[in-house]
Amino acid sequence: MAKVTFNEERCKGCELCVSVCPKQIIHMADRFNSKGYRPAEVIEQDKCIGCAFCARMCPDVVIEVYK
Amino acid sequence: MKQVFGYPESLQNRPNHYCPGCTHGIIHRLVAEAIDELQVREKTIAVAPVGCAVLAYNYFNCDAQQAAHGRAPAVATGIKRALPDRIVFTYQGDGDLASIGMAEIVHAANRGENITVIFVNNAIYGMTGGQMAPTTLPGQKTTTSPYGRDTATTGYPIQVCEMLNTLKAPAFIARVSVHDPKNVMKAKEAIKKAFEYQVNGKGFSLVEVLSTCPTNWGMTPVEALKWLENNMVPVFPLGTFRSLEEVSK
Ligand code: SF4
Ligand code: SF4
Repeated sequence: MAKVTFNEERCKGCELCVSVCPKQIIHMADRFNSKGYRPAEVIEQDKCIGCAFCARMCPDVVIEVYK
Repeated sequence: MKQVFGYPESLQNRPNHYCPGCTHGIIHRLVAEAIDELQVREKTIAVAPVGCAVLAYNYFNCDAQQAAHGRAPAVATGIKRALPDRIVFTYQGDGDLASIGMAEIVHAANRGENITVIFVNNAIYGMTGGQMAPTTLPGQKTTTSPYGRDTATTGYPIQVCEMLNTLKAPAFIARVSVHDPKNVMKAKEAIKKAFEYQVNGKGFSLVEVLSTCPTNWGMTPVEALKWLENNMVPVFPLGTFRSLEEVSK
């Protein structure tokens, strides 16, 4: 059981997290944050293995990982 | 559930001004994590450069000074000599360190100052609009080398680690990259080790971190990571160049 959370307001939509997730469960949301970026999100939380690859690549420390 | 990855204490909890996908943010976080893990935040002093990272003092959660362009190693020398119990590090880009600041970095390294230098190399001037830097790759297009860097008239990319490794005094010199999670973890190890050298009074330590500039390279952030891996790593080989003695834990 693992969980990732995104501080959406800090996300700049760079997609680095998307590119490294081994489970390919990170997607860009259809909505915009207040800076005008489409934030990254995970819908299928149960598929997350808590590897923290996404968090390690995020230049804006948007992601927290729980296990 | 236990938190396995979160916000480091040594990074101020505020948004940074870097472009989307710029790996400066990753490197800031690695430095902050290293300071946290060594529990030296309360006595750490950062020296910020001129360049994209000029506002680094707004991001590191420790005391900081901002130096004139390229002079960070000289300023760090002064701080460290006046306050030898503090942990002093500079955070400099390639325009700052390898061009206008070449004299300061060479002499600080040659004196074996007990400071840590985080050298962020993205092969271009980022802040001023993507001009050619001393580290720009042969043939690389920039705003001041629109046909690609011509080595016949502008020379070759300066390999800072290799050059400093010809000096006798430095204690630790390594080059790392942040183009994928594995390399990010290796970069973290090297940065922590550099700070450990200073904590243990071993002398001058420098970590060169290959970094991206998606905006001025004209690529998406994900393409920029690939470009770094395929083009920069062959010119700037990764590895530890100097590791004088293993630091006792
Ligand atoms: S922790 Fe790993 S599996 Fe979970 S979302 Fe991040 S990269 Fe994907
Ligand atoms: S890496 Fe960070 S800033 Fe970039 S899209 Fe993912 S969460 Fe957002």
